[in-house]
Amino acid sequence: MGYMEILIGGIFVNNILLAQFLGNCPFLGTSKKMETAVGMAMAVVFVLVLAGVITWVLYAFFLVPFKLVYLRTIAFILVIASLVQFVEMFLKKSIPALYAGLGIFLPLITTNCAVFGACILNIDKELNFMKTLVQSTAYAVGFGLALILFAGVRERIILARVPKPLQDTSIGLVTAGILSLTFYAFKGMI
Amino acid sequence: MLEAILFMLGLGAGCGAVLSAASKVFYVYEDPRIAIVEGHTAAANCGGCGYAGCSAAAVAVVAGEAPPSVCIVAGPETTANIASVMGVDPGTAEPLLSYNTCDGGDRADNKFHYMGIGSCQALSSLYGGQRECPIGCLGLGDCVRACAFDALIIGSHGYPVVNEHKCVGCGACEKVCPKDIMEIKTMSQRLLHLNQFDDRIAPCQQTCPAEIDIPKYIMQIKHGDYEGAVNTIRERNPLLLSCGRVCPHPCEVKCRRGLEDQAVSINQLKRFVADHEMNSGSRLPVSVAPSTGKKAAVIGGGPAGLSCAFFLRRLGHDVTIFDDNPKLGGMIRYGIPEYRLPKEVLAWETQGILDLGVEHKPNVKLGRDFDIGALIASGFDTVFLGIGAWKDYTLGVEGENLKGCYTGINFLTNFATWQQEKPNDPRPFVGQKCVVIGGGNTAVDCVRTLVRLGAEEVSIVYRRTRTEMPANEVEIVAAEHEGINFVFLAAPTKVIEDEDGNATGLEYLKMELGEPDDSGRRRPVPIEGSETVLEIDMLITAIGQGPDVFFKEENKMLDADLKLTRWSTIDCEDEIALQASIPYIFTGGDSATGADLVVSAIGAGRRAARSIHMYLAGEDLTPPEKTLFTNNIPESIFDSVPGIVKEKRTPMPELPVDERIKSFVEADLVITEKDALYESSRCLNCCIYCYNPDNTT
Ligand SMILES: Cc1cc2nc3c(=O)[nH]c(=O)nc-3n(C[C@H](O)[C@H](O)[C@H](O)COP(=O)(O)OP(=O)(O)OC[C@H]3O[C@@H](n4cnc5c(N)ncnc54)[C@H](O)[C@@H]3O)c2cc1C
Ligand code: SF4
Ligand code: SF4
Repeated sequence: MGYMEILIGGIFVNNILLAQFLGNCPFLGTSKKMETAVGMAMAVVFVLVLAGVITWVLYAFFLVPFKLVYLRTIAFILVIASLVQFVEMFLKKSIPALYAGLGIFLPLITTNCAVFGACILNIDKELNFMKTLVQSTAYAVGFGLALILFAGVRERIILARVPKPLQDTSIGLVTAGILSLTFYAFKGMI
Repeated sequence: MLEAILFMLGLGAGCGAVLSAASKVFYVYEDPRIAIVEGHTAAANCGGCGYAGCSAAAVAVVAGEAPPSVCIVAGPETTANIASVMGVDPGTAEPLLSYNTCDGGDRADNKFHYMGIGSCQALSSLYGGQRECPIGCLGLGDCVRACAFDALIIGSHGYPVVNEHKCVGCGACEKVCPKDIMEIKTMSQRLLHLNQFDDRIAPCQQTCPAEIDIPKYIMQIKHGDYEGAVNTIRERNPLLLSCGRVCPHPCEVKCRRGLEDQAVSINQLKRFVADHEMNSGSRLPVSVAPSTGKKAAVIGGGPAGLSCAFFLRRLGHDVTIFDDNPKLGGMIRYGIPEYRLPKEVLAWETQGILDLGVEHKPNVKLGRDFDIGALIASGFDTVFLGIGAWKDYTLGVEGENLKGCYTGINFLTNFATWQQEKPNDPRPFVGQKCVVIGGGNTAVDCVRTLVRLGAEEVSIVYRRTRTEMPANEVEIVAAEHEGINFVFLAAPTKVIEDEDGNATGLEYLKMELGEPDDSGRRRPVPIEGSETVLEIDMLITAIGQGPDVFFKEENKMLDADLKLTRWSTIDCEDEIALQASIPYIFTGGDSATGADLVVSAIGAGRRAARSIHMYLAGEDLTPPEKTLFTNNIPESIFDSVPGIVKEKRTPMPELPVDERIKSFVEADLVITEKDALYESSRCLNCCIYCYNPDNTT
């Protein structure tokens, strides 16, 4: 599998949100306003790439040699959580501008299953380091794309005549479903 | 198993160590208030406030970007807690409420037939909407759909109606409305608003110096909501009982109905609801913002000072009024006579202001008992100077200081003080053949008072003609009915004395009208050799008055700094901001403009309160560029108003002349409830472009 395929596959075909249904809580929670959605998307790109790479290192250099592969889930969670905390502190001090941009979204994705899921998928597909990097980036960009598209739609929905019982999250989920179906059109591209 | 445990322990310890090291290395100071504020939020992370979670909201509050009321889930208690953490202007800690600023709705005609999707945003992109009125509500209810709290409906007249009990002030409606019709404001923000060129306001409201929302209170009266009407008036005018009696209602001059019919009797309606509240025996509650801990001094308890104190108090400041006289009211207590404004009524009104927590220090005079430096030293942050205009101008003719000669304000205040406070002292002197010089309210009040005191012959001598008399029209008419003799076009030249030094005659020159002067009035010029003598035993000069600024001479420090104009009024560069040449001193009313009206003083009091409030918050005092002030919105001034069916204006009920000239009982009476309902239905409920021609709403 070439890098190009991994990239296209990660962004469109196997979009982490719309094809794999991971990370739905921030998808619904932060998509009401475009501004928030963009912030979240950037934060995910940042964390997901870092987490993907670090968990690969952890897996390849510690878990496998010590035959502790069964500890993968718990070890990953611990590492990702610490990583996010660390990155937050680091940015706050060193790159305040970037922190101001992402800041508040960073801690929010400590528990984002898209991040964790992407890391596991990288391992399961037995990718090498470079491919892990590309795959993580692709997933993250795919997440951002879906989130921003969805936020655009939801900003309009506020103005539509939605029957009372379907308002807000309900119509959000319906829309997400339709958006997800449209992404199925990419199936077969690779 | 052992490896697993060891590995996890190691990993945990590693991560922990790295993080704790990092927290030291990367430590940045963070405002501790953020954590406290976050603790006060509902911690629901619902995002309803528009921020990404409670901590983001807390950051925004501490950064001053969000009000303490940011958390829409938690109640007012939380808001107060957050405000206290922030020590911020608790004005914003009051609940935000949504207000609809357009109640034209369906009455505006349509320019085209619209069949697109039912959204105001979509419709407004088509030539700004289908209605003829370019600024009004489109009525498709984007705001209603945006409201997550079910607080809005489109009412039967095609504009949104706010349910104040459900509205949480989240601002969703304000954001979606393409016409800026929905406004989210706290009471303080509403109190601070000045009329602007882009406001949706009727000609009468534009003209009222106090900027009262006239059509709104008239509609409330029409629908029987008298309490609502009183509250509407109180948002702009704390002296509704007094204004309802003495205001010469400049608003009625611009009343649109007046173009085709007689103007709506706006002021009688005000008096009706004001009297209704007083006679109901209980006061309507007036909201006061949480305390700011700032202290403001108000010098002078006349309409300007009372209004300034009232609004400052409602904005949450601690206010103390210092006044030279024993009781509050200023010129409306000691100048305007009892038969026009009963002092019992005034006392009820001023007590309502004191009840809000305003302090009153009577019998202290600036310049004699204290100076401004002392006020500042004792912890006052700002000073409002509303000392009015109490110094009579003099004629400058020979003999005007003879025995039997008085000045207007002096005569009225002496008499009022005797009547109100020292009825057991001998009554001040009253002559039998009295002449009052002047054509303003003071002169007319003097003659009407003299008639009531039993003077046989009372005349008014005025330089110009009746049309130029600045006194209120109703006053002049009443004086005519009460048998006053008017001598127009007369310029006094000399007071004649007898051998004991008593005034016995007034010599004057007859005048004729010449070329118009700067003010457009034809200037009177004396006719040579037309000297005439009027026999008198009492003369009152009431030709105008200016502020008594003797305190400047007494107080060296302010003497140097406080600037006066050449009319010895207190100089303020900007009539809207009303800041004097010393930044913490503000002024308004007669002491800033020279003798004027009660409503003007009330309006100035509010503008000064606004400036003081902003000054205390460290804000820039320059008024918004769009401030209307005494101007009119050109589009709103019509030449004709089609569709009006003439309906007679309710006349003012008054006591019969022979009854009223014998006593100081109130002469003008209040209209009946039936008349009030009728009169209110004459109002067209105007906005800038449209109105209700056929009285449908
Ligand atoms: C006889 C008369 C009739 C009028 N009739 C009408 C009318 O019908 N309709 C209308 O709209 N307007 C009328 N006016 C005008 C109106 O009364 C004034 O415009 C209005 O009262 C001005 O309010 P003010 O607060 O600026 O000043 P004032 O009402 O004059 O109040 C000033 C206050 O400051 C106090 N004071 C003054 N100097 C000092 C000092 N050195 N230290 C401490 N306190 C001080 C005084 O005791 C007074 O309480 C009339 C005025 C007069 C004189
Ligand atoms: S107030 Fe604004 S959003 Fe609401 S119906 Fe009117 S135009 Fe539409
Ligand atoms: S008709 Fe009513 S709203 Fe219109 S100008 Fe007259 S009082 Fe004001």
